[in-house]
Amino acid sequence: MLADMNPAWVTGDFQEKVIKLYGLGVRRVLVVDEEVPYPDGRLIVSRTDLTGVITHVNRSFVEMSGYAEEELIGAPHSILRHPDMPKAAFRDLWDTIQRGQIWQGHVKNLRKDGRYYWVKATVIPNVRCGRIIGYTSVRRKPDRRKVEECKMLYAQMRAKEQLDCL
Amino acid sequence: MTYIFTVSPDFSPEYLSGWFVFNTWLQKALDCRFHLELMEDFQRLHRAIAADKIDLIYANPYDAALLVREKGFTALAKPQGIADEVVIAVAANSMAMAVEDLPPGVRVASTDDPDVHLIGMILLEPAGLHKENVRLEIAGNYVLVAKKLLQGECEVGIFLARAFDELSRPVRSQLKVLVRSDIQVIHHALMAGPRLIDKIDALTSALVKLAQEPKGQALLAQLGFTGWGKVAPEEVEFMIDLMDTLAYSPAA
Repeated sequence: MLADMNPAWVTGDFQEKVIKLYGLGVRRVLVVDEEVPYPDGRLIVSRTDLTGVITHVNRSFVEMSGYAEEELIGAPHSILRHPDMPKAAFRDLWDTIQRGQIWQGHVKNLRKDGRYYWVKATVIPNVRCGRIIGYTSVRRKPDRRKVEECKMLYAQMRAKEQLDCL
Repeated sequence: MTYIFTVSPDFSPEYLSGWFVFNTWLQKALDCRFHLELMEDFQRLHRAIAADKIDLIYANPYDAALLVREKGFTALAKPQGIADEVVIAVAANSMAMAVEDLPPGVRVASTDDPDVHLIGMILLEPAGLHKENVRLEIAGNYVLVAKKLLQGECEVGIFLARAFDELSRPVRSQLKVLVRSDIQVIHHALMAGPRLIDKIDALTSALVKLAQEPKGQALLAQLGFTGWGKVAPEEVEFMIDLMDTLAYSPAA
């Protein structure tokens, strides 16, 4: 279960949306149409357990997400899920890493304050003694041209997902 | 038996004598013989590792993965307060003010230092630059990387941040930093091979106490840091996972 976003967290005009999270039910999120630039030279790093629950975050993760470290540890990674991201992207991510392979893609993340940031994400299974014990995710500054491509692609994918739901 | 000790070839020449002094301390601390064999470049180092000739190494993070996963090495200690960060710089008179201003086809001066080069190329990604659309010039050291920028042979250079900061002031004043990494968790480590397995506890304990020895601080200063900190095995595994994510390229 992931708590709904609180209007008190958000500054400026926002839109309220409801997203369905795999295994967690629905979450009400508040979205502000304002991008926060990815900081130069930083890597955003986190680790999760096998179910996607966050077990470690670095300082850059805390700063960019807007959440306190205590709010992030123990929370599902989908706390950052932006409603503009198609479900298929995350299905592909989970299918890939559960096979023990590395996933890479561009992701639009939702901050606690409703604003968003784009990242180039790479997720790797943590293999110890031949067994996957969790996942490490590393995000870096994306190429803006790739982001523009993804905006169009993800909008098409989401439109198709909405049609399929009808 | 004489054990072979080596240092990743990316160390600054100013610390050369310090590593020989450290090797002497090592022999006294463990009461056994170590021979310090310095490799001129990474190719020689990697050949020596492949041939199982190395027993103890001050390794860079990129080589740590190979040493732990394929050669059974154990990380003992890391230099305190020193992370491996990278600087992307151009000549001071360059029109580029940010990495995003660099065009495809740009000439990039780098070294064969694998982790620094890898992180440097990642810092160039926001400009859409990758190994297929830049012209790479490998220099023997970071002073020569700076020289290539100052002489106009390359437009952008990749430096180990520490090496960049140690360039002479006149050289640095002719360069402009576009971006400096702030990764915080990638560092060198002193690593022991399988033949030293029964000495790991004694060596780790001696390393951690070195800063408290009467001449310990002077010795550490000759290596460019203030102390050795113990490394947990999972900390190294985490760093290796991190390096694996950075090295991943689906097109490769």
